Amino acid sequence: MTYTTGNQPETTDIIIIGGGVIGASIAYSLCKYELTVILLEKQSDVALGATRANSGIVHAGYDPPPGSLMARLNVEGAAMMETVCKDLDVLYFKCGSLLVASGEKEDAVVRDLYARGIQNGVEGLEVLSGDEARQHEPALTAGITSALYAPSAGIVNPWELCIGLSEVFIRCGGKVMLNSEVTAIERSGDGFLVRTSSGSYLAKRVINAAGLYSDTVHRMVAEDDFSIIPSRGEYFLLDKNQGSAVNGVIFGCPTPDTKGVLIARTVHGNMIVGPSSESIADKDDTATTAAKLDEIRSRASQLMPSINFRDNIRNYSGIRANPSTKEFIIREVPSVPGFFEAAGIKSPGLAASIAIGRHMTGLLKASGLLLIQKQSVRDNPALLRRTIVRFSRMSPESKKALVASDSRYGRIVCRCETVTEGEVLDAIHSPIPARTIDAVKRRTAAGLGRCQGGFCGPRIASLLASELAILPTEILQDKPGSYIFTGPTKDIELTTSATQTKKVSI
Amino acid sequence: MNAELVVIGAGPAGLAAAAEAYREGVRDILLLERDALPGGILNQCIHNGFGLQIYKEELTGPEYAARAFDELRGTSVVFKPDTMVLSISPDRVISALNHTDGYFEITAGTIILAMGCRERTRGAIAIPGSRPAGVLTAGAAQRYVNIEGCMIGREIVVLGSGDIGLIMARRMTLEGAKVLACIELMPFSSGLQRNVVQCLQDYNIPLLLSHTITDIKGRERVESVTVSAVDENRRPIPGTETHYKCDTILLSVGLIPENELSKTAGISLDPRTGGPIVTQDTQTSAPGIFACGNVLQVHDLVDNVTLEARKAARAAASFLRAQGTPEPSFTIPVNPGEGVTYTVPQILTMPPSGKTIEIHFRVNRKFGGSEIILSNGQGNVLKRFPREQMTPGEIERIVFPSSLLPDPAPPSLVLTAQSLTPAKEVNPL
Repeated sequence: MTYTTGNQPETTDIIIIGGGVIGASIAYSLCKYELTVILLEKQSDVALGATRANSGIVHAGYDPPPGSLMARLNVEGAAMMETVCKDLDVLYFKCGSLLVASGEKEDAVVRDLYARGIQNGVEGLEVLSGDEARQHEPALTAGITSALYAPSAGIVNPWELCIGLSEVFIRCGGKVMLNSEVTAIERSGDGFLVRTSSGSYLAKRVINAAGLYSDTVHRMVAEDDFSIIPSRGEYFLLDKNQGSAVNGVIFGCPTPDTKGVLIARTVHGNMIVGPSSESIADKDDTATTAAKLDEIRSRASQLMPSINFRDNIRNYSGIRANPSTKEFIIREVPSVPGFFEAAGIKSPGLAASIAIGRHMTGLLKASGLLLIQKQSVRDNPALLRRTIVRFSRMSPESKKALVASDSRYGRIVCRCETVTEGEVLDAIHSPIPARTIDAVKRRTAAGLGRCQGGFCGPRIASLLASELAILPTEILQDKPGSYIFTGPTKDIELTTSATQTKKVSI
Repeated sequence: MNAELVVIGAGPAGLAAAAEAYREGVRDILLLERDALPGGILNQCIHNGFGLQIYKEELTGPEYAARAFDELRGTSVVFKPDTMVLSISPDRVISALNHTDGYFEITAGTIILAMGCRERTRGAIAIPGSRPAGVLTAGAAQRYVNIEGCMIGREIVVLGSGDIGLIMARRMTLEGAKVLACIELMPFSSGLQRNVVQCLQDYNIPLLLSHTITDIKGRERVESVTVSAVDENRRPIPGTETHYKCDTILLSVGLIPENELSKTAGISLDPRTGGPIVTQDTQTSAPGIFACGNVLQVHDLVDNVTLEARKAARAAASFLRAQGTPEPSFTIPVNPGEGVTYTVPQILTMPPSGKTIEIHFRVNRKFGGSEIILSNGQGNVLKRFPREQMTPGEIERIVFPSSLLPDPAPPSLVLTAQSLTPAKEVNPL
């Protein structure tokens, strides 16, 4: 990363504000064209807002009101997800979803949602009997009387998707500026001057994809016509022995008051249970609470009594960016030509993300932006793809060959997720270099498993220290202030490399 | 690659198993260790108190590890450090990985599992609140402080009074940190009594029994914790909240035998111990695969790990000599009854292979004068074992002659603990 300092603003065709999955998807959609695009992210990494903590579900699209933009982009986005994840080497499984009902009242909801799904153009929907539902998900309680089966639903790793999109954007010439919080946007000629905590930029067009803060960014340049109402959702993440008890995604039946709890397998094979829903005042308050965790536990146990919450490995919460308009806000703001936004992207925003990128590109084109494919991309279409080493998923033969060619892949750093030293080093030297323990986790899954970094934490800290030539005390868990060490122990001088390499022989 | 015996893990269990198997005449032994050094968790246990039983003197963890490793010198045991075992098949083919041999497979005549255990994390007990840096398990903290030389905090609250938590409370104090309190959910410490005295009492660190952490505050780094008293059902009692300003929370909330590899071999596990179900010879449900140390049951003293490992090694050696274990004519399950949490072994093979049978177990609460009752499945008492006191923090054991089992053998055995006099309320502070 380079910082733009000094007084001279950097000029670019397009500025994207926000490095979540929406900003990254827009960047990805634009990266093949002959344009200069800069993505601004206030945090030290991409994917640190709502993208970091959500259900990771690619919804089929039967839920949004027919005729809404949400419905259209959800169904389109879900259909695009498989190809994009393949191109970007992002974990995605089209495992299907079941929305389960128990009793006549809920059976009626299932039938209504089926009808809505048909209207929305969701393919393959089926209403199943309780027994048929239990054939899909044997751990479901006997009380389930019917279910809506959506084979096009899936699960994806949301932060990995965001990182993959951003990396390809960079490979194709895009620029991601981290630690760059937008502080002001001013009209400048027929474009905008965007001031950030790290420098200023001049751009003809600005795209607001600032997630929870998209209302704040909107108000920097346009009249206040919507707000983002933060809503917190808490989760349990259970060990893989629980994950194997579920085959795909199970939704409880929504009631007028609640959307219903979900139980799903994650792309890493764990089980996720949640979310709660609670309006909060602070957009950054991702704490969990005993009351909401209890509520999730009891609701999930009603659907699947066999869940063993003793196998919980982590609780977390994420904040939904709910728009006051109850609909995605994706537009060129009429009163401010050149200022575009993709705001209020609540659920099914992840499922819709790829379609939102494409839709935004369409809006830009409609505003007169010339879209010409880049020569470099035309010459080398592989630029639009990404592959990473994922040791744990390789065949024994490939593992053998890889370790023989590069011994760094012969050292396991994270034993729970079987992540090698080579993969951690890859992450540290990736297009958006991992500089914190959690940034490594987001890129490699090291520390995501059942011991929660107890084993790999010290090893990753030591790799970060030696690769980045920093002191252990400079290593952060994630955001600034999340220091891990307070200093050396008595009488010990910290060095930049604490790796133990001494060998022992008998 | 082939080996007569592969020992997985070179902590105290694996080291003792390899040495004993050699003494038993096994020559083709491969000892695999994922760390760069042998010794396992002992390397970071720089306090003393190890080895009184095995080496008849008080040693530190690294000294104990060195002694155990020394027993391998001059033997034909091949030690491979930095080597990670990825899977074991039921027919004993091991796939492993290191940076010199690459990815390789070993066909083993017999296997001893000695992978140890891991710590329960914050998630296991679902502590609500924010998720800042500064919440870590006591064992991870111990590694940072004792091996990496990094201080992990200045003002510390310890949750859980397991031995590692107690040891780290003292260690952090000696390193100049302020340990504000040790919080224990249960009405008793789960650690050794001597550690409660030597690590908390001697340093005036308060032990709050029947308390837990109910909230954590601090966005990027811990700023404070809320501690509440709990009722007899371990539910927090509203209105009892106390707040501690601190930058670090150490968790010592239990250990889990590390059996992910055992699962790849299809070995049956006991939900009570978290370890494999074994016979009195430590043989798992997979023939020729034995287990010992903390992967089998979480131990209280390393000396007992060594003894259990030697037993496993003798069983493995005899398995090799006999070209397999003779099929037992039948088996008897050993079940924990009232007052008993678990038993190891969980199964006795009949006819018994040795002259005596040893059963390890833990009790579920403190006992004063009491007796352990071994009975058959129909309620008939076979033998009573008197005890002056028992505590969940320490492994109990009974040994009885195989001849005690009546002929024909009972369908099952049950172990119960019964109080004779009420337990003395020993509040350590």
